[in-house]
Amino acid sequence: MSLLSRLLPRRRFDFHGGIHPPERKALSNGTPIRPGPMPAQLILPLTMHIGAPARPLVQVGDRVLKGEKIAEASGPVSVPVHAPSSGVISAIEPRPIQHPSGLDAPCIVLDTDGEDRWTALHPHPDFRAIPRPELLALIREAGIAGLGGAGFPTAIKLNLRDNQRIEQLILNAVECEPYITADDRLMRERAPALIRGIEILRYLVQPAETIVAIEDNKPEAIAAMRAAAEGTGIRIMTVPTKYPSGGEKQLIRLVTGKEVRSGGIPAEIGVVCQNIGTAYAVERAVVHGEPLIRRITTLTGEAFTQPGNVETLIGTPVQALLEAGGVTQPHRGRLIMGGPMMGFSIDHPMSPVVKTSNCIIAAPLTELPEPAPEQSCIRCGACADVCPAELLPQQLYWYSKAGEFDRARHYNLLDCIECGACSYVCPSNIPLVQYYRYAKAELRKQAAEHQKADRARERFEARTARIEKEKAEKEARRQARLAANRVKQAPDAAAPPAQADLKKAVNDASAAYKTAVKAAKEAEASGADNAVALRAEAERLKAHADALKANLRDAKAAGPAAPAHDDGLPALKKAVADASAAYKAAVKAMKDVEAGGDGDIDALRADTERLKAEADRLKAALRDAKAAAPAVVAAPVQEDPVAALKKAVADASSAYKAAVKAAKEAEASGDGDLDALRAEAERLKPTGSKPNCVTPRRRPRPHHHQPHRQPPRLRPPAMTRSKNATSA
Amino acid sequence: MTILIAVLALLALAVVFGALLGFASEKFRVEGDPIVDQIDALLPQTQCGQCGHPGCRPYAEAIAEGEDHNRCPPGGEQTIQDLSDLLGREVLPLDGEADSADVKKVAFIREAECIGCTKCIQACPVDAIVGAARQMHTVIADECTGCDLCVEPCPVDCIDMIEVPPTLTTWGWSRPDGVGKTPERLINVVNLR
Repeated sequence: MSLLSRLLPRRRFDFHGGIHPPERKALSNGTPIRPGPMPAQLILPLTMHIGAPARPLVQVGDRVLKGEKIAEASGPVSVPVHAPSSGVISAIEPRPIQHPSGLDAPCIVLDTDGEDRWTALHPHPDFRAIPRPELLALIREAGIAGLGGAGFPTAIKLNLRDNQRIEQLILNAVECEPYITADDRLMRERAPALIRGIEILRYLVQPAETIVAIEDNKPEAIAAMRAAAEGTGIRIMTVPTKYPSGGEKQLIRLVTGKEVRSGGIPAEIGVVCQNIGTAYAVERAVVHGEPLIRRITTLTGEAFTQPGNVETLIGTPVQALLEAGGVTQPHRGRLIMGGPMMGFSIDHPMSPVVKTSNCIIAAPLTELPEPAPEQSCIRCGACADVCPAELLPQQLYWYSKAGEFDRARHYNLLDCIECGACSYVCPSNIPLVQYYRYAKAELRKQAAEHQKADRARERFEARTARIEKEKAEKEARRQARLAANRVKQAPDAAAPPAQADLKKAVNDASAAYKTAVKAAKEAEASGADNAVALRAEAERLKAHADALKANLRDAKAAGPAAPAHDDGLPALKKAVADASAAYKAAVKAMKDVEAGGDGDIDALRADTERLKAEADRLKAALRDAKAAAPAVVAAPVQEDPVAALKKAVADASSAYKAAVKAAKEAEASGDGDLDALRAEAERLKPTGSKPNCVTPRRRPRPHHHQPHRQPPRLRPPAMTRSKNATSA
Repeated sequence: MTILIAVLALLALAVVFGALLGFASEKFRVEGDPIVDQIDALLPQTQCGQCGHPGCRPYAEAIAEGEDHNRCPPGGEQTIQDLSDLLGREVLPLDGEADSADVKKVAFIREAECIGCTKCIQACPVDAIVGAARQMHTVIADECTGCDLCVEPCPVDCIDMIEVPPTLTTWGWSRPDGVGKTPERLINVVNLR
């Protein structure tokens, strides 16, 4: 490959468009580089590169030596700043800098003491002994950012991924813009140092070939570089003079024929491109240990009485350079930083020279006259002919002017390199580049606003969600508090009612017993037949009352913790069943009494009334319990109580019939109790569906209850629950 | 017979494609209303409520249901233009007075006067104010959308809406003045010594 490429004439590539403006390089390239002035004050912006601003390491009043680091890199895409001379830090504050906006930016201000004393330097003449990562760190620490104009941190450009293979390392020494001669003089005078710098870059990048591209209008520089590169394998290549062949993408096209895709970087196609001035800075940093504190800047324009190139300290105010170049006569004209094509006017003569300042033009109006007023576009298409990025400048102009930035982007506005060729050829003097810069700025602004809107939306949604959550939590807490209150009440409410209920049952039972005893005594006294039966009944009631008393004792012992909610319904059901059974017994007793024609029916009736009230309560409890019972539980349970109730209804109607029958018999026998019996029958009739349940209390036969201690104890919980249900 | 075959064949096709469409509509169902999301994405998200809705998304929903899309002062002409493009509706003039929509503002609390009542914190739709009861509050300028909803609730009137000065990162070239004007700035170096 290398043999072939050496034998065969190299193919010439070209890029589209381009212009040939007057070069005007002879103004400044005739004199050797001279040292720049030593200003009383150096102004060092914290952003002299692309990326995050450096972070100051010094404070006002600190004394620093030349080459000392005064601000450190604040991120991966950032470089440190060093003191260009010895002196005292007098301020860290916003100062005017060289920027088209004319805005101030944070700067470190250094008052020089004139001694220019160096700090300790660490030279590495044998750079090949240093591992690549350390060498990269060295370059980064030296504060080197591309000296060509953009100021991208050099170490990042040189830091390749392991699998990346670089075919061409291109040193950009084209210097295609008019007026500028800094690289020209540098190559003429310091070619050996430049070759050393290129060797360092080669060592870092390991390219298949290394090419130094120089425009053919610099024959002395080409000769000097050829001589210095002898035997190194570094190829010195001349490129035809055409603006903007020094643009990175244009130069890559010119040298290799390869094209960097839209939005891509050269490394993707195996090319690394570095400015020749950067190579010099790398040589100073590695071989001499000197950080980037000075650069070659061209002073040119007819206002300078002594134009030429100066090796100026970074941070030198433009004012000092104007004085050094002999701009002393008051005059009217333009002060431009950078070249006439891509540079910009600066407002403030105290703006400092930074790492990317390659040229200062002070031109009277006769040299760079005021531009003519803008005219309407005549659609001549000259701009499209010269566009080196092969865009459609006219379309971009229309869209930018109309504010249709999205369409401008659709026409690849972002690939515009702002070289100014279109404006240069425009017969209507339209400031096309400014329109593109405006459109690009608007697109950037829109993107930033969009990003901000997204963040605001996120924050708004997060806030809404948080408020919702807080509300839900508050509600949950309220519910929990409510539930806690209920639980607190429940033991109070549950146990006493249960016990009260039991107590009432006990009272009822003992009253019933007493009545029964009284009836039995009367029967005995009257010598009735049923005296024995009544006595037996009285015994049963006594046993029942005892059982209930025992239950009450148990309930009291068990205390409020007893409630076993789950059994509520079954317990009720059982109570209902008991009630019906007891009822039957009562009916039987009544029949017995009737048969005996005895007079204790009143007592029985009173008993029945009590039982009815009891039954009502029981029934209400059952209903509530059913309502409160969870659906799952309710399904199987519901049937039973209903069946029981039905049965009770049937019992009630039969009781009514029996009562009616008894009344009739009493009527027939002319008994005095007739009215009472009738009243009893009447009562049984309307309440038919209720009394049935009423009885439970009454019939409790000992054998029924003793084996089941639970029911009475379990029922209260059911009632408790019903209370809960109603209170809720 | 032929007619029967044709009818049956078409019927079979109808059934098959009907089933296919039914399946597809279930399988690839789109949750929510995508047009609302698209409208919401165009709105500036200041959540200022100047449109009469409590936030940008409710307004997006209202626009989707036919409300005029010219009620967003923070969005300005550009948003109306974008919404018109999206919805295929006519470009309408901004509803209400266009109060210097181009100048971005953020809230600023004169901290010495703040009494720590937290009223502005509750009013801020994007949680851009920090502080606590009886503690001084301050605005996180980067998160402030400039909706000025916090100005009204302040009982001591210590909140100002201040303009955001351009910085080097937000500065952009301005539009040239147009036909008949000289575009470049002339720098006067007469007073250089």
